Parts: sequence; structure tokens; C-alpha cells
Amino acid sequence: MSIVETEIAIIGGGIVGLSTALHVARRGVPVVVLEKRQPGAAASGVNFGGVRRNGRSLEELPLAARALEIWKSLPVLVGNDCEYQETGHLKVARNEDDMEAMAAHANEQAAYDCGVEMISRNALRAKYPWFGDVAYGAAWCPTDGQANPRLLGPAFAEAARQAGAHVYEDQAVVSIEKDGETLLLQTEHGLELRASQVVNAAGAWAGLLAGLLREPVELWPMMPQMAVTEPVPYFIEPALGVVGGDVYLRQIPRGNIIFGGRSGSADLEEGFGHAISEETLCTLERVAMVIPDMANINVIRLWSGVEGCTTDHLPVISPSQTTPGVFHAFGFSGHGFCLGPGTGAVLSEILLDGETQTDIAAFDIGRFS
Amino acid sequence: MKNRSKYGQFSRVSERNRPKIKILIDGTPFEALAGDTVLTALMLAGRNLRKFEFGLGSRGGFCLMGACQDCWVKMENGGSLRACTSYVEEGLSLITNNEES
Amino acid sequence: MTNTKNILIVGAGPAGIRAAKVLVENGLHPIVVDEAPASGGQIYRQQPPGFIRSSRDRYGFESDKADFLHSSFERLLDNIDYRPNTGVWSLEKNIAFTSGPEGINRIPFENLFLCTGGVDRVLPIPGWTLPGTYTLGGAQIALKAQGCLIGEQVVFMGSGPLLYLVAYQYAKVGARVSGVFDTAKLSDALPVLPGLLSGGVTLAKGIWYQNWLRLRGITLRRGIVPIKIEGDSAISGFLYRNSRGREKYQKCDSLAFSWGVKPECQLAELAGCKMVFDDMARQWLPETDEDCRSDIKGIYLAGDGASVMGADAAEFRGELAALTMLADSDSDQSSDNSRRSYLKQRLKRLAHFREALEHALPYPKGLMASLPNNTLICRCEGVTAGDIRLGQALRPQEINRAKAYTRVGMGRCQGRMCGIAAAEILADEKGVSLEEVGRLRGQAPIKPLNIGIAGAAAQDDPGRAASI
Repeated sequence: MSIVETEIAIIGGGIVGLSTALHVARRGVPVVVLEKRQPGAAASGVNFGGVRRNGRSLEELPLAARALEIWKSLPVLVGNDCEYQETGHLKVARNEDDMEAMAAHANEQAAYDCGVEMISRNALRAKYPWFGDVAYGAAWCPTDGQANPRLLGPAFAEAARQAGAHVYEDQAVVSIEKDGETLLLQTEHGLELRASQVVNAAGAWAGLLAGLLREPVELWPMMPQMAVTEPVPYFIEPALGVVGGDVYLRQIPRGNIIFGGRSGSADLEEGFGHAISEETLCTLERVAMVIPDMANINVIRLWSGVEGCTTDHLPVISPSQTTPGVFHAFGFSGHGFCLGPGTGAVLSEILLDGETQTDIAAFDIGRFS
Repeated sequence: MKNRSKYGQFSRVSERNRPKIKILIDGTPFEALAGDTVLTALMLAGRNLRKFEFGLGSRGGFCLMGACQDCWVKMENGGSLRACTSYVEEGLSLITNNEES
Repeated sequence: MTNTKNILIVGAGPAGIRAAKVLVENGLHPIVVDEAPASGGQIYRQQPPGFIRSSRDRYGFESDKADFLHSSFERLLDNIDYRPNTGVWSLEKNIAFTSGPEGINRIPFENLFLCTGGVDRVLPIPGWTLPGTYTLGGAQIALKAQGCLIGEQVVFMGSGPLLYLVAYQYAKVGARVSGVFDTAKLSDALPVLPGLLSGGVTLAKGIWYQNWLRLRGITLRRGIVPIKIEGDSAISGFLYRNSRGREKYQKCDSLAFSWGVKPECQLAELAGCKMVFDDMARQWLPETDEDCRSDIKGIYLAGDGASVMGADAAEFRGELAALTMLADSDSDQSSDNSRRSYLKQRLKRLAHFREALEHALPYPKGLMASLPNNTLICRCEGVTAGDIRLGQALRPQEINRAKAYTRVGMGRCQGRMCGIAAAEILADEKGVSLEEVGRLRGQAPIKPLNIGIAGAAAQDDPGRAASI
């Protein structure tokens, strides 16, 4: 058994854990990440890739704004833009009710400077003639964007390592306990880690860890299912999602169109997701309704992954209620890609300064007890 | 004995007595024979099927058995087909000079 | 899906045909799905209707085998559910999802035979994407199934059983064969001579083709190292190093190359079959026992889609797999055990020959290490050898990570053509074994799936009209 001593231990090498590690390491504090597989291998690496504030719950908007600053600074922060582009995002209405609901939300969002505007049906079809008849109108957020999830985790891992963090791969944490003033972690391969503070950023597995600390959080595994097409000439600039969540879609400049909808299956133990073909067929039908030209295009790959979903669809970002020194950051419920980089910055402030200016009050773990 | 168009890659050596099938390649008529795959027809008429999306050059097919997926050709009606496993049909209209994406 | 006794055979090549024949002879009615319009697979690929060449012209020494298989399959038609022009794009639990002229179908099955065959095994060479460059199998298909040559001055290159055969077939119809360039050396063959000799007739044929070519003054070179396929908008020549190490150039307008065959085992992987690394093939293959069972009950693997042993072995394994299935599912042990023993004996000999062939006509794995950085490895995405080697800025030593960072294997072919080369390059660059590099994780669809055709077949919740 090898024992490692550090100041801050982070369980989970997804974007949340790695961003935390980077921000902590940049302040010269020893930090170790224990990742079950490889950096960004789970939800962080297989999600849709939307960097979105459009339609987001109000409680998440301060954190999202913080995250957006980081997204824009990626080339400097991690030496890689991870293909982040501010393409804007369209939330597409199916009917008048959707339009009213989105307009109301846009009003509430106005205070957060997202710049969301409503676009009528005619204006939408005039600007984007490739929409099918089902597109009734849209909420347009010009400051939203998209990025390549496969690049993000590894880029943060590399930057964190260069800043002095240690990132261990293939080391799933199996136990965590308070030992005097410090916390003791053990991994599946016998690595023992002692730290003053621990962050639970274990994604879909974080609920289990919270359970080990006697503050269980109901975390449902959700498995959004994704597809990607062959490369075709670029014609869809904004990312888009239809109200109701049945179809969300983006095209990258190379030409591939990535879209998602419905659920696949995943084995939490194995950690890999699989698309369910029957569900895929439903999504393909819907995609062709939203953008009829897509009927001419071929899908070349399907995939899924596993993400943790809380009962109120808001994340848990707070100190532990049972174990001093432990902090939770998980449960992003399928919309954490945008927030991840910002969550790491916020966590580093909580860990090192005891507080943060970014409002995360709604994410307290206490709300579940 | 051989039959190759001036600009063609492939060359017919047998099986010439088959019904003629007229297709369009980039708007220009070409006389294929029933039973030709789209790839055969295009490579008899010319020396490539499509432009490569991510760099210089064109592609002319490779495995001829539907495995390498390098022979997807655009049709004028917006669809596409895998040229080596598709057969010519009267009036088929193909585009080989793709716009760069 | 419960309550089905369906037996599904994927592939109507030699393995699938033999399996179907045995099942029908035993009163069963399998469903046979095949991507091609007619039976025979690639090796015995039939020509389209309206073509008149004789079987002898097209299949040469193998014409009797081809004829027998084709006519056998014809006689099965009344007793099987045959679905040509239909491909399986996904396998989930016990359902195969197909795509064909009637659109999408779902085929529940209790027993499954995967007879999916193989594709030429290629290694990237600088210039290999130039129009006019094809695999040896592809060049053969152009002639056999379309009555065409891939060009008028053809170079044949690589090694393996197809090299001299296809060159001979081309020369026989009057093509100008600019040269046959074999990367194998005679010294490769000498250590395995006994094994080679066990191949009997097959070995003799190979030698016969070579002599035929030599007698007609066609350039034959051994022990060459390919350097580059040259050309501007299409191929114009082939640059290579001869056995003495001297750089040589052969003008040509077309080139066909490959080194044997590699299995198409994507469906086995999707079905959940255990994949094991095979040292000789230098690939991950689905595990089978000597009776053609996979590690999953009810799934049998036969032919080159399981492991490459050639057409004769495919016939034996197709038959054996079907006999095994009958034995597995029948309490009445009337399955032909003596026949199974005989087939296994024949297969042992063929395996022995195949192993010798692999040594005598080796796959030039060493070539990957010396490929210039600007060599295109992934045809679909344009990923170069350098991209893969230098992608380790983000430290990928495992192939799925290399894929995530460099896009190798992300194209339409999903790694079919580039996967093995990418793995070899990674292994060499990182100094790890080929097995450690892993394999590209497979997902459906195994070939591009059209959104329009698929969408039309969506099964929605009953009573709910399609809507978004």
C-alpha cells in the first residue's frame, strides 16, 4: 500500500474535478485527483457539447456566467480552445404555449445579461430556411455556444498536471473516512491518500460516495443518447434544442452534425453507455421533422453515457453536512458541461478562501434532508 | 478489344452487350450499361468520384465491396449513395464536383 | 422479444450458404440476410443479371465450388427467408436491426450465425488515397463482377494469396500488368515450408500463377518495400525499394494492393461476444471454440468474419457451426458427430497451412514505424501518422483516446481501414504492445445509416402520433 499525503484530494477526473484541481494548483496548493478511469472519460467526454444559458434555471445563471468567462479564456488557461465557439443557441418552440413559456423565462433571465430574444415563426424561417414546419418560433441566445467534450477533460488534466497537480488514472475511490483532523481515502488498487480537504466530484457515482458519508442524495443515472452524422457542407450555425428535450442538435465546422434525444442504456459498474436502437429510430424521425434536409444524411455512430440526475435537476455544490473538510460538487442532471469549468473555479475559492462571490446557495446538499 | 473513355480510369474488357442506361454526371450525359455499379460507371467516365472533404485531392473508391465507405457520391436530388454497392438506373444524376465544405 | 425460434444467418457467402444448407436439410427455416444482391460473398461474388461470362472465366480453378454453392443456395430458397440487399446495422440483446429495400426491419432471433466475411487488410502507404488505387480484392471484383479493369497499366503489390491470383486474372484477359511487387521474401517462406506444403493444392496454384506470369515476361519482384504511390489527381507511378535496397520507380495508371484479409467482426462485438487479442492476426477477434460457438449461447461464428482461414475453411466452418447448433439445441443426439470430427480435422490442417502462409507472406508490420509523418492513415478524416504520434501531447497510449484527440477512426468507415494501422503506429510510438493499445470501441450503426429511411420506421408509443 502506498500512502500519499496532500492538501486537497479530488474524487473524480471529470471537468468539475479537473477544473478544481487546475485552479487549486495555480494557487500553489498541493492537490491530487483520483479518477476511476481516465480524465474526462465519463459524462464530461460523451455529452452533447452545448455551452448554454438559454432556458437555464435561474439559480444556475450566476455560475453559468462565471463559467462563460472561463470558456472564453481556455486558450490561455489550458492552452487549447477545445473548439469552443460562440455560435448562439436556439430553443425551438413547437407551439404558442412553448413561446409564452420561453418568453416568460427570457424576461426573468433578462437580469442576468444572457441577451435572450424571442424570434417569431416567420423570422425564424426567413433566417434559417432549413427548419421544418414543426418549428413554431424560438428563443435565441447569441452568447451561447458549443465545444468538443472529448478535448475538455484531457486539456484540463494536462494543464492541471503542468501546474503541479497529480492526476491518478484507473484509481476508483472505494472508501472515505475522517481520521482525526484529516481525511483518508482508499482506492481499488490500494492507493491510500490523506488530505485536509476532499472534493466529491464523482459524477454519476457521487451519490454513492455521499451515501458513504451518511448524507445520501437520490441520484438517478440518466443516459442521454447521442448520434453523429457523416460530414456534410456546413449549414447549421447555432446549436439548437426543441422544447421538451426530444431533439437537440449542433453542427461542427468540419461538417458532422451531432444530435441527441431520448435515452440509451448504461451500466454504472462498467461506466460505458450504449445507444438503444429503437430509441434511435424515434430520434431520427424527429430530427427529420425539425430539419427535413437531414433525411438525406447518414448517421455513422451512436453512443450514450451516464450522468447523475438529482430530484430537482439542480446540482449539489456545497460543504458536506456530516464530514468537515468534504465538499460536494455533482448532480448536474444533464446540463453540466457549460457549468463545469466555472464550478472548479468556485470550488477552489471555497476550499482555499472559505467562501466564493458566485451565488451557489440553491445547491446546498441540505435541501435534500 | 478494350473500351475506355478518354478521361476514364476503368476499362471495359467484356460484357458489352447489355442494355444501355443513361445517367448524368455533373450534368453531362454518360452511357452506362445495365448492371454497372455507380462506381464502375463513374470510373469509366472519369477518374474520380468525389472531392475529399478535409484536404486536397479526390477519391476514386478503394475496396469495391462496401466496407471502406470511401465512395459515397452525391446525387443531384440531395441524397447520396455508396457507389460500389449501388447500380445505375435510368436518369440517375450524380454530382462529383462537390462544393468544399 | 420472447417466443421466437428464429434462426438468423448474417451473410450468404460460403459460410452462410453451408450453414443454411445444413439447417434446411434438418427441417429448419433460417432467415438469411445479406448485403449483396446475390449469394456467394466476395470470393464467389456473382455477376449482375445480363452478364454472360462463364463461371470458369470468372472463378478459374474454383468455378466448381462457386457453382455448387450458388446452385445449392438456389435450391434452398423455398425453405429460407432470404433477404438480399439487406444489411444488419445493429444487434441488441436478441434483435437484429436491418436496413434494406423495404426500409428498416427488426429480426428477433434465438440462434444467430455471423458469417460476415472479411475485407482486404491494408496498410497505409503514402499516396494510397489517389484515385486508381484499389485493394487486390477490389481489383478482382472490378473484373469478376463488372467485367472491367481498374486501369490499363496495373501494378499489383503487397503479399498474400490474392496477389498473384489477381495479377494472373488481369493478365489473362489481356491487361497490361506493369509488375507484381511482393513484399515477402523467399527467406520468409523457407522456415515454414512443411506448413506450406500441407496446403497442397492451394500452394501449387500459387506457384502456378507465379510461373504463368513469369513465362509471359511480366515483371515480378520479391522482397520489395513500398515507398510511395505517386500521382497528381490520380496515380501515375509506384516508388519502391527493391530487395537490394535500391529505389525504383514503376510507371502505372492503377495499382492494387493488400496483405491478405481482415475479418469484419463488428457484429460479433456488438452482440457482446468476447474479443481476444490474436497474436498471429495482430488483431482482436471474437473468441470461438473449435465447434464455432462464440462465448454467448446461441451465437455461432463462421468464415473469415470470425478469423481468416479462406473460402474452403469458411465452407467447413459454416457446416460445422450449423451441426453444432443442432447438437446444442437438440436433446436427441442424432447430430452428426462423425461429420463434425471430420470437419474439425480438415480445419486443423487448414489452420496449420494458414499459419505457415502468414509467416511466408507476412503482413509488413514494421512498415508502420517508418511511415513519414505526413502519411494519411485515416482516409475518412484525413488524420496522418504524425497526428497520431504527436497526439501524445495529451498522452494517448490507448487507441480510443488517440481517437478522441486526433479523430482517427471517426469517419464513415469507423476505423475499418485505419484501425489496425493506427494501433501499430501507437504501439510503436509509445513502446507498448499492440494488445495494450486496445481496439476501437464498436457501436451501432456498423455502416452509415440513412436518417430518412430510419426515421420512417420509428416505432413510437402506441396511440401517440409522431411529434416532437
